[in-house]
Amino acid sequence: MQQGLGDLDELYQEVLLDHYRNPRNTERLDDPTSEVDAINPFCGDEIHMQIGLYGDTVASISVTGQGCSISQAAGSLLTEIVDGRTTTEARELRELFREMMTGEEVSDEVADRLEDSLALQGVRRFPVRIKCALLSWSALIDALDKVAPTKP
Amino acid sequence: MSPATHLDVENIRADFPILTRQVNGRPLTYLDNAATSQKPNQVIQSLVDYYERYNSNVHRGVHTLSIEATEAYEDARGKVKRFINAPSTESIIWTRNTSESLNLVAYTWAEANVSAGDEIVTTAMEHHSDIVPWQQLAMRKSATLKIIPETENGRLDMEQAADLITERTKIVATTHMSNVLGTVVDVKALADAAHAVGAVILVDGAQSVPHMPVDVQALNCDFMAFSAHKMLGPTGIGVLYGRPEILEAMPPWMFGGDMILEVSYEDASWNDLPYRFEAGTPNIADAIATGVAVDYLEALGMENVWEHEQKITEYALRRFAELETINLLGPHEIEDKGAVLSFSHDSVHSHDLGTALDQLGIAIRTGHHCAMPLIRSHDIVSAARASFYIYNTEAEVDVLIDGLKETERYFSKAGIA
Ligand SMILES: Cc1ncc(COP(=O)(O)O)c(C=O)c1O
Repeated sequence: MQQGLGDLDELYQEVLLDHYRNPRNTERLDDPTSEVDAINPFCGDEIHMQIGLYGDTVASISVTGQGCSISQAAGSLLTEIVDGRTTTEARELRELFREMMTGEEVSDEVADRLEDSLALQGVRRFPVRIKCALLSWSALIDALDKVAPTKP
Repeated sequence: MSPATHLDVENIRADFPILTRQVNGRPLTYLDNAATSQKPNQVIQSLVDYYERYNSNVHRGVHTLSIEATEAYEDARGKVKRFINAPSTESIIWTRNTSESLNLVAYTWAEANVSAGDEIVTTAMEHHSDIVPWQQLAMRKSATLKIIPETENGRLDMEQAADLITERTKIVATTHMSNVLGTVVDVKALADAAHAVGAVILVDGAQSVPHMPVDVQALNCDFMAFSAHKMLGPTGIGVLYGRPEILEAMPPWMFGGDMILEVSYEDASWNDLPYRFEAGTPNIADAIATGVAVDYLEALGMENVWEHEQKITEYALRRFAELETINLLGPHEIEDKGAVLSFSHDSVHSHDLGTALDQLGIAIRTGHHCAMPLIRSHDIVSAARASFYIYNTEAEVDVLIDGLKETERYFSKAGIA
């Protein structure tokens, strides 16, 4: 059976396209607590992430970068759910996001917590693009680890 | 039998089982040949035949299977020698791939001959495999790495090359054909310039040997590296050609079985060429299959292969001109340009293009093509690339162009094109 490009709709959901066209939280922080550059060596996608911690809370976050729509939209979407969370919550969100990208169906509770990032679920059907969606999340963990490394 | 004047593409396609595959409900349109080529039945069968009938280690047995395997393995070397018109089989060293061939030269000849203050000259169009080994060497030796730039129309700047190659130059490392731009480099001119100052020239033939007649003696090159997997052969095997006098004086770099002459507990002496550079049990099956790939290409005639690819590239260049939002990298004229078309879209990233085309069964390469400095010098972060081979048709170019137009419509509706 011939398919057209219709199947792509699952990948390029409107929320994702919106974040790609108009990325949020791109203003550079004046005094970031931590910042990292993450590069996907296989495709060259780049994410530059800055976080500002207030106590244990991510009080400000900025993401810029260059790359495909998935990598850049995922970074923008990330800033929306991580902003205002504690570092522990941010790490939990990353785990939930990763489980969504690699695992089975998403429970209602997880869906609630991931908010608009849920739109990236469609990437699962395009396995080579999963790493695009995960790039900014690993940048976040690197940025957090720079401040307070997780126990080995 | 002298080869036919033109390729019979329909007959050729029938030899490639993979070309009957469907991808996402469409016939596969395989346009990623610069990354790796598909394999004909003849090559696939030679692997099966080897493992089913005469699998055995080489150079070390007196039994029938070992004799047969050794003969077939050495025959394949002879075929490669003929294919690139090398002066002797001793000058053909089996490696894993182009990258290993280039590293072999960097770790042996260059390690012994480059010292502080010397210069290594390479080009702006190299694959990472032909940049990074020289950067590392320059760091180890406190030598200088100089880069011959690209001209505005995607050629190598031969005037600058003449200035950059100096009395201090020890080695010129150049691609024969760019895997991104398709540009064919005037290797003979660079070889003459290198030899005039007493330097050697190493040619990355990964994209030339599979696609055009290559004669290492006519080009006057000292080293030539290429991979079987880009020329109908299997993965895991490549070739380093070296001028015999130079190889003879080179120190070995890997030690072990097959490369030795005599070993005592204290010391060892080295075997003759080419075995000195082939430590351990070699990739016997894939070497033999490489010989079969060479037979296949020779039966077609490399002149005909080049002519076919020129025609299809010329057609593709014409059709690409219809696409207003697509920007071609590299030469826009067919002269000295191989069957590689890299392009970027005004606003859609190459991965998004690649995923969309894949939905239509079209396989292209996307990303930095292992040439990050070159891609960045074009002020982009990534490019898409279509590359053609003996089995590709103008109809497939049409499929690509239609696919790009459909993709454009899709992303335009999505608001990002
Ligand atoms: C010009 C050029 N040089 C070197 C290489 C590296 O070849 P391999 O990966 O087989 O070592 C390639 C292939 O990607 C190439 O196109």
